[in-house]
Amino acid sequence: MNTAAERKHTFFANTVADEQEYVSKTIYNVDHFNLWYGDDQALYDVTLAIPENQVTAIIGPSGCGKSTFIKSLNRMVELVPSVKMNGSISYAGQDIFSSGYKVEQLRTDVGMVFQNPNPFPKSIYENVAYGPKIHGIRKKKVLDEIVEKSLKGAALWDEVKDRLQENASGLSGGQQQRLCIARCLAIEPDVILMDEPTSALDPIATAKVEELVQSLKKDYSIVIVTHNMQQAARISDKTAFFLNGEVVEFEHTDKLFSNPEDRRTEDYITGRFG
Amino acid sequence: MEVNVKNMIKQKETNRFFLRFTEKAAPVFFLLCAAISVLTTIGIILTLLVETTAFFSRVSFWEFISGTEWWPFGENPTYGVLPLIAGTMLITAIAMMVALPIGLASAIFLSEFASEQTRKIVKPVLEVLAGIPTIVYGFFALTFVTPVLNTFIQDLPVFNALSPGIVVGVMVIPMVASLSEDALRSVPNSMREAALAMGSTRLEVAMKVVLPAALSGIIASFVLGISRAIGETMIVAVAAGSTPKLTWDVTESIQTMTGYIVQVSLGDASYGSTAYYSIYAVGMTLFIFTFMMNILSQYISRRFKEDY
Ligand SMILES: Nc1ncnc2c1ncn2[C@@H]1O[C@H](COP(=O)(O)OP(=O)(O)OP(=O)(O)O)[C@@H](O)[C@H]1O
Ligand SMILES: [Mg+2]
Repeated sequence: MNTAAERKHTFFANTVADEQEYVSKTIYNVDHFNLWYGDDQALYDVTLAIPENQVTAIIGPSGCGKSTFIKSLNRMVELVPSVKMNGSISYAGQDIFSSGYKVEQLRTDVGMVFQNPNPFPKSIYENVAYGPKIHGIRKKKVLDEIVEKSLKGAALWDEVKDRLQENASGLSGGQQQRLCIARCLAIEPDVILMDEPTSALDPIATAKVEELVQSLKKDYSIVIVTHNMQQAARISDKTAFFLNGEVVEFEHTDKLFSNPEDRRTEDYITGRFG
Repeated sequence: MEVNVKNMIKQKETNRFFLRFTEKAAPVFFLLCAAISVLTTIGIILTLLVETTAFFSRVSFWEFISGTEWWPFGENPTYGVLPLIAGTMLITAIAMMVALPIGLASAIFLSEFASEQTRKIVKPVLEVLAGIPTIVYGFFALTFVTPVLNTFIQDLPVFNALSPGIVVGVMVIPMVASLSEDALRSVPNSMREAALAMGSTRLEVAMKVVLPAALSGIIASFVLGISRAIGETMIVAVAAGSTPKLTWDVTESIQTMTGYIVQVSLGDASYGSTAYYSIYAVGMTLFIFTFMMNILSQYISRRFKEDY
């Protein structure tokens, strides 16, 4: 008598009555994913589901495979010629490694912000307009609008609105990073991947980017790699702890930091190693 | 045995005298070496100036720069340099139509698309191409390219501008390709990653991000290529003929500035004659051309330098 959807609803209603996040949809499904650089395995059997419209943090010691993992999500990891993988990653229900899957489409839907700000050596305006332009948007008025909206979205508009034609290299590091976020927002992705976006920034710029991440999450699903555990605790909904290429624990952030299940997670977050 | 770094450093102290001497002497030695090339340049410019002045005491400067006929060996010699300049420009223009697109395309291929293995093969081949003596290119133009062109163009004279123009272009390709490739490769990978991560294709990355970012270096390589073509001597001396002509017809026999200098240097004029002095005036003109090209290339690289 019940449809599947209703059954599911009842199930959640019964078990986790007021924990909203549990009902949130999954945007990425990573299933038994292994990755090698040449003969060195970097990811072991990674299995996790990344929720939509939430902030998912990836933490773990240096070299544990955080960057490798996040770059797998938009297939940027394939730029390393020696990479081999198996297992599957599906985005919005589709296997991103299946033949015929268009990687350009994936990377249009999934934006990325890198550890070091990497604006193009062009004007601030051109940096933001680049994405829309390569995707065929040519009208000056439309571009103007996109640029303004994206820069506002990245909380940078007020600082740069009078110097849009200046070269982006003249901006401070923190401004450059927000410009890169604006550039990413300009093509309205659904997911934003961030690999240690604040590690090159001072505390004030970091606070701005963190605030920004918080405000972006209602429209975007965000995956953020961070070395900074306070940061993960402050801004994320769920946290994955990686160690030596394995996911040790993937939990609600509050739970993971207050009451970790695994001994190794506890050691890491209390600073006993890493 | 334990390594005692402190002691080892101390021991080096005892050699102090010798160290201090080399420390002082080495820069002097380097300075001398550098001075040789500077002095040579000054010497060349002085010679050019002195002999050019001698030339202009016989021929008016105005006739030289505005005359449309260059005929130094007849009864009534005329010294209008424009036909020689036109010859040089004609050759350079043809050469650049060959060298710039092909050189740049090769550079883009090598830097953005070629696998490491391909690059390892193609780069040395390009360098070999750059190392071939230009006289060989000259005979290649005369005995291969001209006959081939002759099958397409009826009545093509044995000496013409088109064939050496193309071959000068071929000769310049490696230089343009290699310098442009350096410029493209110096664009940091983070730019490519940023563009790829936004859904750009590799072609879009190459054309819309890397190429604009390397533009100053690429233009500088073009300008150096042009200046190389302007100064190229053997190919045109062998295959372009020796008929100074103010023409844009590429099938005609012409003469370039360098071609004329070779002709006279080979003994067509007696020492001290006006024709003899004229090669210095032409040489000076040539020098001014290439000098301006080099300045231009430096200006471009500096003015449009991208900071990443
Ligand atoms: N391009 C590559 N070629 C070969 N091995 C690589 C490459 N990139 C990363 N690795 C290896 O894969 C493992 C995981 O690296 P990764 O960069 O994902 O770590 P990370 O968790 O991001 O570290 P960090 O916190 O220092 O950024 C490391 O052992 C590293 O040496
Ligand atoms: Mg990393």
